[in-house]
Amino acid sequence: MTKESLNTNDILIRAEQLKHAFIEGESKVQALRGVSFEAKGSEVTAIVGQSGCGKSTLLYLLGLLDRPESGEIHLKGRPMAKATDEERTALRNESIGFVFQFHFLIKELTARENVALPLRKSGVGERQALEQADELLNRLDLGEKAKRYANKLSGGEQQRVAIARALANSPSLLLADEPTGNLDSANSDNVFELLMKFAREKDIAILLVTHNPELAERCDHCIPMRDGLIV
Amino acid sequence: MSMSLLGIVFGISFFVVTQAQTSGFEVFFIRTILGTNGAIRVSDKFQDMDGTVSKVSYNGSESFLFRSRENARYIEGIEYPQLVREALREFPEVSGISEIIEGSAILDSGARKHTVQIHGLRIKDHIMVSELQNQLIQGSIDMLDTDRSGVLLGSSLAERLRLSQGDRVSLIGGTENQQLRVAGIFETGVSQIDKTRIYLDLSTARSFIGKPFGGSIFQVSIQAPEKAPELAAQMQETLGHRVVGWQEREKVWLEVFKALRLSSAITVSSILLLSGLGMFNVFAIMVIEKNRDIAILRSIGFTPRDVSAVFLWQGAIVLLGGIILGSLSGFLATYGISKIPLRIRGIFSTDSFVVNWDPSHYIWAIAIATVFVSVASWIPARRAAKIEPAKIIRESL
Repeated sequence: MTKESLNTNDILIRAEQLKHAFIEGESKVQALRGVSFEAKGSEVTAIVGQSGCGKSTLLYLLGLLDRPESGEIHLKGRPMAKATDEERTALRNESIGFVFQFHFLIKELTARENVALPLRKSGVGERQALEQADELLNRLDLGEKAKRYANKLSGGEQQRVAIARALANSPSLLLADEPTGNLDSANSDNVFELLMKFAREKDIAILLVTHNPELAERCDHCIPMRDGLIV
Repeated sequence: MSMSLLGIVFGISFFVVTQAQTSGFEVFFIRTILGTNGAIRVSDKFQDMDGTVSKVSYNGSESFLFRSRENARYIEGIEYPQLVREALREFPEVSGISEIIEGSAILDSGARKHTVQIHGLRIKDHIMVSELQNQLIQGSIDMLDTDRSGVLLGSSLAERLRLSQGDRVSLIGGTENQQLRVAGIFETGVSQIDKTRIYLDLSTARSFIGKPFGGSIFQVSIQAPEKAPELAAQMQETLGHRVVGWQEREKVWLEVFKALRLSSAITVSSILLLSGLGMFNVFAIMVIEKNRDIAILRSIGFTPRDVSAVFLWQGAIVLLGGIILGSLSGFLATYGISKIPLRIRGIFSTDSFVVNWDPSHYIWAIAIATVFVSVASWIPARRAAKIEPAKIIRESL
């Protein structure tokens, strides 16, 4: 199923009974104990809960960065359990965008080079990728700072660059792990509004992990989690 | 990383320079001994009641045959030189044959005497199997050819006896004293030869030694001197005479050169090894420091292969730079060293460093550097490719 064939009522991603554990130090942490939900294009879904409840782990599984111990993820109707690592990596590049709390930009690259990275990976030529990156940065009011190195930007600017990078390949799914967690309230609002705007405009399903109840209330849906379960 | 690059440059450069020197002296030595004593020497005959050199005809073609012999003793020299010469000519690889009669005597210049090693030969044959013509520093080959009382002296011998071209000398110790005239002076560079050897006409030497027939040896030149051992074995089987190639004759010196070349290669390779270790350390630390960036790249769709490629490309760039700069500086250093004055007299004679311009030195240096750098890049690249993005991102938060 291609992105073009989806309409706003289509289920973009569906999780079924996801269970996952990881090793932290010497102990095994059971992060997810059976999580099921679904998300559609153009909708912003907040995932809320206390630290350690499994929100980020869920995001990494949905973003195909990790494989669940059990359960299944359907992305655009396609089951991911049987997808090879190469297919999952290609899907990350083509269909999924990530925004992390600490932006995670590559400091040796300029803002536009950071944004161009997913485009370059998907085979876009350097010049065109940089032009597209400039365009995106302009839309995010960062046009003048496109050629600045990432570490020379403010926290809010860095997070907007990270959003631009996540949107560079026009993903169907955007996963944001506390994207405003490190920003002041003005910048938080700004970033949240941007995400909402892009979700509507580009028919993107956004899953947003947040501790901020006000932001969660403004989302289309809210999934509260506790101890690895949706409550 | 710049230190690793510098190490590779120095490593390749030193490797090339040391190999050029050691193999230069080796090649020079080989050229000297080939030019003086020839590629192959045919000498004593095996004692065998049944076995003699014999010409056989089979299906219209002729060949020479000698029977196999175990624990055979030798009879000094060649009894039937004409027959052996004919047999040697049947080998297509043979490019020259010179019959030599050897003996010893005392050379008296009037003022001084010195023990000498006589080499009686036909000069026109001998210049086909040696570099004697180029080794002459006084006189000419033609003078020995036309004058049967002519003698060619080694340079050190002539110096000791204070002789020069045209001087008269007496050869003492044979059937009768022989009066000779110095037709020329040669210098082979091999001090033992230059000190003691003299060349006479074959018939003059036979007359002096008292061996009108037989007892001679053959010095043989061949088109491909490196094939001397195989050819010598074939000749020995065919002729029934002891046949020795230059590699066996000069085995001791050749092994010394080989050991020197190998030990210098091992020593210099350690520079490349250390550079490789340095590079490995840099990459290993880089993988640790950049694991978050690697995780980000993986999260936006870069494959493990893409991540490996980052490190392998860096290694390749450093290697390429090292190869270009190292080869260039090795070339220049080799050229510079070849101009350094160095007087050597002994197993050969030279007044400057002898270098051998051989592409294989560069190929070996590049191959060794490539192996070390490849391993040094590949291990960290593999480790980088195995980074689990979710784990690194989780730990970074």
